[in-house]
Amino acid sequence: MIKARGLARTFSVRGRPVEAVAGIDLDVQPGELVGFLGPNGAGKTTTLRMLATLLRPTAGEAIVAGHDLRTDPAGVRRRIGYLGQGNGGGSDQRVRDEAIIQAKLYRAPLRRVTELIEEFELTDVADRLVATLSGGQKRRLDIVLGMIHQPELIFLDEPSTGLDPQSRGNLWQHVRRLRDEHGATVFLTTHYLDEADALCDRILVIDHGRIVAEGTPDELKSTVSGDLVSLTVSDPARAAGHCPGATVRGNQIDFRVPRGDTALPGLLGDLAAADITVTSVQTHRPTLDDVFLTLTGRSLRDGS
Amino acid sequence: MRDIGLMFLRAVRPTLRNPVMLIVGISQPLLYLVLFGPLLNHVAGGGSSWQWFVPGVMVQMALFGTSYAGFGLIPEIRSGALERLRVTPVSRTALLLGRVLRDVVVLVVQCGLIAALSTILGFRGTIGQILLGLVLMAVVGAGVGAASYALALKLKQEYALAPVLTSTMVPLMLLSGVLLPMSMGPAWLHDIARINPLSHVVDAERAIIAGQWHDTAVWLGPLLGVAVTVVCVMWAVRTFRRLAD
Repeated sequence: MIKARGLARTFSVRGRPVEAVAGIDLDVQPGELVGFLGPNGAGKTTTLRMLATLLRPTAGEAIVAGHDLRTDPAGVRRRIGYLGQGNGGGSDQRVRDEAIIQAKLYRAPLRRVTELIEEFELTDVADRLVATLSGGQKRRLDIVLGMIHQPELIFLDEPSTGLDPQSRGNLWQHVRRLRDEHGATVFLTTHYLDEADALCDRILVIDHGRIVAEGTPDELKSTVSGDLVSLTVSDPARAAGHCPGATVRGNQIDFRVPRGDTALPGLLGDLAAADITVTSVQTHRPTLDDVFLTLTGRSLRDGS
Repeated sequence: MRDIGLMFLRAVRPTLRNPVMLIVGISQPLLYLVLFGPLLNHVAGGGSSWQWFVPGVMVQMALFGTSYAGFGLIPEIRSGALERLRVTPVSRTALLLGRVLRDVVVLVVQCGLIAALSTILGFRGTIGQILLGLVLMAVVGAGVGAASYALALKLKQEYALAPVLTSTMVPLMLLSGVLLPMSMGPAWLHDIARINPLSHVVDAERAIIAGQWHDTAVWLGPLLGVAVTVVCVMWAVRTFRRLAD
């Protein structure tokens, strides 16, 4: 659905070139829900805007939804939907009018307008001006506008920024439905770890304009740092000998293994055989923040 | 063409919903007519000063009213509405021309209202001559509006757009002879005014509404007006097309 090679964008800031995206290779398969994770300024939005035809790449090439980004941006536009960081509805327009104009621009059937307004629970506000809507309602209108033509590929740029927790959960449901019920490929950017974790099949970690890691949320967590296991034992010094890389704190030992759930049964057997009593066992799955910290030496939270 | 129609519809809707704004928009030219017009009684020399002043006020409306059009685009740039439209297959030219068309329609309606209201003060003109005058205003308004949108796209902020507009529009207006005949001033001022294409547009508007077809201004003004508008629209179309650069 997306195939990009060496995609790059350089801006000129006060006469000096600044490399926002430094040559990215991307492959997204149809039906995938892919997330671009990184701190602010990492190049997520710039990449997304290039793929959505809003920004011309300074180097590289890409095929998006079957059309060449450089030579046929109009072809790309017909096949994709896009939700930007802002709100797409004009504040002095009525909700229904904006949806109708959007449908006509894509030559989509007008019944889609009614269907989607109903599906996204905007029926009650359909005759109101966009300016009078709540943040969550505006975001739902953005989704309606973005998918009115049933695009095969939908881009979402930080979809939940500025939403309250309830609207955020609601939005996640809608994003999953775009893929599960409407069969769309979804490509989103986020700087929220829980969002990437909860939504995405696959995550691309981006920092300083480069992709530094990719995989499923679980793969990323296991390859990069592994699970943290904490055991409370009767003889910590001897127990540590059975657990490579363990650190001892009182009668507790901590260590990391790639998969705590598969490593523990054998390890507990070993410790029992060595006559060491284990009184408590805890495993912590690493968060994507751990992943990011290991990859870049910086915490994602510092960056955002 | 279909895209221009859709973008025009989208742009004109808020105006239709709130037609009072059309009247508010002519309050300033009305004030000029009522509070400044009477001062001209002995200036214009012979005949009714209204025949001379009303066409000038129309040009002033084409200049000032339409130059503010760009302010309407800035909230759309800021909110993301323009971005959303840019991702649709809509023609980049239609994104501009739909809006310009709306501004031209609003301007023509407002100029028509001013002409009608001025008859109370004593302004006279045949319908045909006034309609021709409105066509010239539509041409000039299209150029000014297009340029205003291009500037808004480049500057993106109201505080940046306002001073640029004022510092362009005020000298253009002062040097066009809208308010007082330029022939009253010293020769150097008159010469500078002759370089300003707008002064020829003002002359043309007066000649057209007066039906003075033998006056060279009747063809020189529209010619210059069309030329300037073509340049402005081409520049604005280019700016809209290059938004992705």
